[in-house]
Amino acid sequence: MEQEKKRLVVVGNGMAGIRTIEELLKMSADEFNITVFGAEPQPNYNRILLSPVLSGEMPFQDTVLNDWSWYEENHITLHTGKTVTKIDRMRCTVETDDGIVVPYDRLLIATGSNPIMLPVPGIDLPGVIGYRSIADVEQMLAAAQPGKRAVVIGGGLLGLEAANGLSLRGMQVSVVHLCEWPMERQLDKVGGGLLKEALEKRGLKFYLSRQTDAILGETAVTGLRFKDGEEIAADLVVMSAGIRPNIALAKSAGIHCERGIMVSDTMQTYDPKIYSVGECVQHRGQTYGLVAPLFEQAKVAANHLAQYGRMRYEGSSVSTKLKVTGIDLFSAGDFNPVAGDDELLLQDAARGVYKKLVLRDNKLRGAVMYGDTVDGPWYFQMMRDGTDVSEMREHLLFGQMHLGDSGHGAKAGVMDMPDTAEICGCNGVCKGTIVNTIIDKKLFTLDEVRAHTKASASCGSCTGLVEAILANTVGGDYSAKPSKKPICGCTEYAHQDMHKTIRERSLKTIPEVMKALEWKTADGCHVCRPALNYYLLAAWPGEYVDDSRSRFINERVHANIQKDGTYSVIPRIWGGVTSPAQLRAIAEIAERHEVPTVHITGGQRIGLYGITKENLPKMWAELVEAGFVSGHAYGKSLRTVKTCVGSEWCRFGTQDSTGLGIKVEQMTWGSWTPHKFKIAVSGCPRNCAEATIKDFGIVCVDSGYEIHVGGNGGVKVRVTDFLCKVSSEAEVLEYCGAFMQLYREDAHYLDRTAPWIERVGLPFVKRHIVDDAEGRAELYARFLKSQQYSQDDPWKERAEGKEAHEFTALATIV
Amino acid sequence: MNWIQVGNLEDIPRQGSRVVKTATGEIALFRSVDDQVFALNNRCPHKGGPLSQGIVHGKRVTCPLHSWVIDLESGEAISPDIGCAHRLEVRVAHGELFLEAEAGVCKA
Repeated sequence: MEQEKKRLVVVGNGMAGIRTIEELLKMSADEFNITVFGAEPQPNYNRILLSPVLSGEMPFQDTVLNDWSWYEENHITLHTGKTVTKIDRMRCTVETDDGIVVPYDRLLIATGSNPIMLPVPGIDLPGVIGYRSIADVEQMLAAAQPGKRAVVIGGGLLGLEAANGLSLRGMQVSVVHLCEWPMERQLDKVGGGLLKEALEKRGLKFYLSRQTDAILGETAVTGLRFKDGEEIAADLVVMSAGIRPNIALAKSAGIHCERGIMVSDTMQTYDPKIYSVGECVQHRGQTYGLVAPLFEQAKVAANHLAQYGRMRYEGSSVSTKLKVTGIDLFSAGDFNPVAGDDELLLQDAARGVYKKLVLRDNKLRGAVMYGDTVDGPWYFQMMRDGTDVSEMREHLLFGQMHLGDSGHGAKAGVMDMPDTAEICGCNGVCKGTIVNTIIDKKLFTLDEVRAHTKASASCGSCTGLVEAILANTVGGDYSAKPSKKPICGCTEYAHQDMHKTIRERSLKTIPEVMKALEWKTADGCHVCRPALNYYLLAAWPGEYVDDSRSRFINERVHANIQKDGTYSVIPRIWGGVTSPAQLRAIAEIAERHEVPTVHITGGQRIGLYGITKENLPKMWAELVEAGFVSGHAYGKSLRTVKTCVGSEWCRFGTQDSTGLGIKVEQMTWGSWTPHKFKIAVSGCPRNCAEATIKDFGIVCVDSGYEIHVGGNGGVKVRVTDFLCKVSSEAEVLEYCGAFMQLYREDAHYLDRTAPWIERVGLPFVKRHIVDDAEGRAELYARFLKSQQYSQDDPWKERAEGKEAHEFTALATIV
Repeated sequence: MNWIQVGNLEDIPRQGSRVVKTATGEIALFRSVDDQVFALNNRCPHKGGPLSQGIVHGKRVTCPLHSWVIDLESGEAISPDIGCAHRLEVRVAHGELFLEAEAGVCKA
């Protein structure tokens, strides 16, 4: 028998309430009969876009997030234009002003906030309007006749957007503000001054450090008087002096409120059947008025309503962007330095650029940017990740582009780029396509943009640009990601949780991890399974049995899949040193198999291309016979050790770089790492083996060996950081093994060493590898131990028949 | 409808796939973690990638070339991608696998 569905009543048809329902439907579509009450007559619309509606840059229809049919399709009963006036917690019912009574099993209060109306005489006069709803906007538009005078009280984000909108509608607009400069909660004095100047150029007039004493008028508003006695004329007064959580309903039901409705980390009020999200709540002493935190809350509330009971809301850090076309402004975090903080400043009056970064303990605490905000999302991400910025401090103010990015990085003024500008080079996605898709499909997050456009979905180097476009298209705070990003949709756990959790809870298999950590899917997906397989492999060497079904095809069949479904075979050539006999063997094998392409790879190996899958084991058998092992050119593993000829031949060579390279390769081959790992050994500082763009680079010098780490020659070129200098080959081997092991145990799956080091900071690596001799020896020992289990040649095993089903057809039907 | 026996359930690893070759192309047979079997044309609707080489998860497979995700029951690409890898009927009886007779002719 079908169980009767539970009843969920949502009071509030705004962004937070409806987002919670959307999240809930994603998790368990059939659990609830849902009823929604909205005081406004419209379906759920995007309140953040009221300003573009006011300014005439967008019609109202474009702000509707969920149209009427959405409610119908999801079987949601919607009552618009009705105000819930009573919650009966004993009977578990809600009641509206016109007498509708609806029972609930769970209640969600998402009543949002109201504009604060100053308690001054004349506040009730016609022509005095708050700025919160589409009805307010319509009222303003009705009053907004060209040439008439509007006064906006409140020079915050919303007030300035309203002022700008009215000004674009042809009104003469003045802004009255209590503080010395506008947007003082988001901007410091300099930034606020620049903003004021820019807005004045657009025709706004500012009355700063002024307090309103009374609103004047008999039957309608005619003007305004300040405390100092001065009067100004006004046909329209817009109140934008802040918002106040709308808690009247909750309060009347005896639910504990302070400034907002008090909620726990599970978004529950003091009545456990009643949840609350959005601007009406107070969580850990904070109330929020931006959309990103509301969406995070919605996700948590939905998770608990769906009885997963897993997530917690732990508060949000927020960033702000002013949506006034043509003015670029970004702010996040604590931008007023306190004692002990460092302040980095860049001011270029001619370009109209101002940037301020506040650092504490080598970490970003806050940022204010004006004029050039393209790096805003990047700073914000580092702020939330707690990235150590000491190594990039010199260049930090100049943005991500200046950190050795080879031209793929954020370009200044992304919104000035033409629609035809290619943003994502991998997938050929232009700016116009991204902007149009965001608008048409009403996208909110980077993940959604990736899914619909594929922009930044491949190599990811244009992520910053795509985020900037997203922010500029829909308003800044949309792009905010939670600092802990789940591995994939199957779980709430993030990569940073995995190493530790797997070891501490002694989880030994993929199903065990999924069960213990409450995976939402039966057997994960193509994103999480390879990650878990890696984490388990790294945690339990010799014990964990590699799950071939959780390996990407290249690692499963030990060859690289090509675009036509054939494979490449690249045998290992130790240190890049070969012989006539080896070359002859490869040549003969290539001829016998009629290999269409033979290519010298960038890592000093020989690649045979166009091999069909069925032929792989046969070719491997011949290669094994000739003395070769797998080159692992297909794996997230040690790839190659590239060398120059060194002191044996080169007149400049200082050490035996080839010999050392071969020793390093023999020690490290076969190891699995979070991402591919490349090594090079150069025999002198001329660096012919290009060691300074490798994950681990050795540059021989007369007195020993320089060790460099974290380089990358791929999408985003990064030069290595100098780690230390050692004096013997034995030390090189120890430092190399220890460094690889630290990377294996600490980095997230699919992190190359370059972004990993940028996140954890070089001092972290130095502390473990250079300063702590004992710790280094332990890391090295763990590396060698795990290598005992990973140096069986996978080609030999498969040539001898292992996993034969991978290489043969099940049947042939003629 | 005629059915052709193409092998046994045990021939396909769980969360894995095997290929049946036909005169007009390859058919990929998938076995899900709970032992259900599905058959699709072994060509991703995107750029023809061999779906049989992808990672099988739930009732889905991810193409190894560009990570399109295909629903094994319908053969359709998961939204927002659009395309179909055309499913074929496959049946398991007493551990033996049978493919629909027109299997010799790929429908795509």
